[in-house]
Amino acid sequence: MSRGTWLVGRLLQIIPTLLLIGVVVFVLVHLLPGDIVTSMLGDHATKQAVANLRRSLGLDRTLAEQFVLFVRNALRGSFGDSLAHGIPVARLIAQRLPVTAMLTAMAVVIAVVLAVPLAFVAALRAERAPDIAIRVAFQVGLSSPIFYVGLVLLSVFAAWLRWFPVGGYGSGFLDHIYHLILPAFALALSLSAILMRNLRAAILGVIRAEYVDFARAKGIAARLVLFRHVLRNALIATVTLLGLSIGSLLGGAVVTETVFAVPGVGRLMVDSIFARDYPVIEALTLILAVVVSITFLATDILQMVLDPRIGR
Amino acid sequence: MNELLRVEQLGVVFHAARGRVYAVDGVDLAIAPGEVLGLVGESGSGKSVTLRAIARLLHEEAHITGRVLWQGRDLLTLPARALEQVRGAGIGTIFQEPMAALNPVLSIGLQIDESLRAHTGLDAAGRRARARELLDLVGIADAASRLRQYPHEFSGGMRQRAMIAIALAANPKLLLADEPTTALDVTIQDQILRLLLRLVSELSMAMLLVTHDLGVVASTCDRVAVMYAGRLCETGPTAQVLHAPRHAYTDALLRALPGEGAARARLQPIPGMPPRIDHPSPGCPFAPRCTHAEPRCDRERPAMQDVAPGRASACFAQDRLGVAA
Repeated sequence: MSRGTWLVGRLLQIIPTLLLIGVVVFVLVHLLPGDIVTSMLGDHATKQAVANLRRSLGLDRTLAEQFVLFVRNALRGSFGDSLAHGIPVARLIAQRLPVTAMLTAMAVVIAVVLAVPLAFVAALRAERAPDIAIRVAFQVGLSSPIFYVGLVLLSVFAAWLRWFPVGGYGSGFLDHIYHLILPAFALALSLSAILMRNLRAAILGVIRAEYVDFARAKGIAARLVLFRHVLRNALIATVTLLGLSIGSLLGGAVVTETVFAVPGVGRLMVDSIFARDYPVIEALTLILAVVVSITFLATDILQMVLDPRIGR
Repeated sequence: MNELLRVEQLGVVFHAARGRVYAVDGVDLAIAPGEVLGLVGESGSGKSVTLRAIARLLHEEAHITGRVLWQGRDLLTLPARALEQVRGAGIGTIFQEPMAALNPVLSIGLQIDESLRAHTGLDAAGRRARARELLDLVGIADAASRLRQYPHEFSGGMRQRAMIAIALAANPKLLLADEPTTALDVTIQDQILRLLLRLVSELSMAMLLVTHDLGVVASTCDRVAVMYAGRLCETGPTAQVLHAPRHAYTDALLRALPGEGAARARLQPIPGMPPRIDHPSPGCPFAPRCTHAEPRCDRERPAMQDVAPGRASACFAQDRLGVAA
């Protein structure tokens, strides 16, 4: 099997995945307790109003027809209007999604920037003071819940030292970054701990590999041995872990955005659940699931780039 | 003797969590330019550790003592940068298991190029040409496309050839070969040995060949050094050592082998097990298994003594062995 065939096969896998996600989201919304129309119009609505709404929502059709309609609308990016905000769901999400994308991206950057060098230091000084200090520090990070870390960061760096704003998103790109630093840090902490531990173990596994000794025996510079032979091989497993962590990172974003009052889709999700804003919940679930599957796809492709043994 | 490499009183102690392991103890070796020296011994005799200690490839828990003299400089105290210049350019190394020794995620071409980049002043085109030349040299056909391939796309014998090509990239004067044929099929073993011998003579290179196979030694080595339990037993020209051993261990080892002249003779296994090397004995480590042992062998360590021109042995029974055959 050539790598091209492997890649096409992997790309095609996304179709059944997305279809399954659609079915699950559709079924979940229909399983929600209570009648959506009643909850939208209240208990005292006239029969006429109920019937009209049922028709306009397509609820008078068969389940199969409704599903086809749902898929067609989803593909067009049309999810109806938000019950709480009265504007199209698509527009609402389009406003909020970039905020979360930026928060998550910053969290990933912070996590990687913290984890990679420290994993190196820890692995090269394994079982000695630097290693133990780094591992203890990250263990604390790993075992602290996001909302707690968030509150501590807020009280120290925002309320007390006043280095950062206590919440919000600001305006303009740099201001956005400035507002998102604390939330991104809170979100990054446990991810960086997981990455650090994983990469440290991977480096320890690789550093005594025969091919690393062989590279040393060739007389190439120690720096090349470390980066090209040790780090590159160790990173393969860590990249996979990072990709698989994006899902839980988005889950963490829900909490972080709530604590820091960041107007992203996580916050929107929480608000919509409390407001029983079904169209928004439905659309958000679908979009987040799609984002996660695309991340997995990207992870697989990146792994193929890093490891020539895959797909041959 | 005109020497390329001289190893003096080499000692390697591994500091493990459960105590110390004396892997190599007081080993002296010398290799002349163009010479093939065989270092033989059974598993755990310290022969591979000796080879790795010469190129300082052991890890931090190994404490190395003694001297490894290369062009008048002691490799054991050389600064890291200077050592990198000797490795690859002066002393090439190949390992037992090519699948493990080649980096699985880098192309063969890149793994050759690394050596060339480190040790030659060639430009990119020059290095590409040299890489193709190296694959030709070790008998890998279709070099241009092979350079783009990865180790898992090579067969076992081809991987070993590729590893040899990488080790020879910068024209080393000495090749350290650690059991280079042990991981290969018997038919391939022979091809690789022939290839190594051809390269040694064509490139006027010396080779330290570590092996447990006396047959390999007999067919390839000019001189041989026999190791047991981290210590050197005897050294000398291969034919002399294998036909008239002057150390009781070599003698016992040869009697345990099926030889050509003695097709009907019973093989004599060596009784007992190799000694533990975490508590070295004050005497000869082979004494407990030795049929020639005297009382003093348990207490006193026999020193290496010249027994004939170019031959030395560390055995109290060295004179009796010559006549006993």
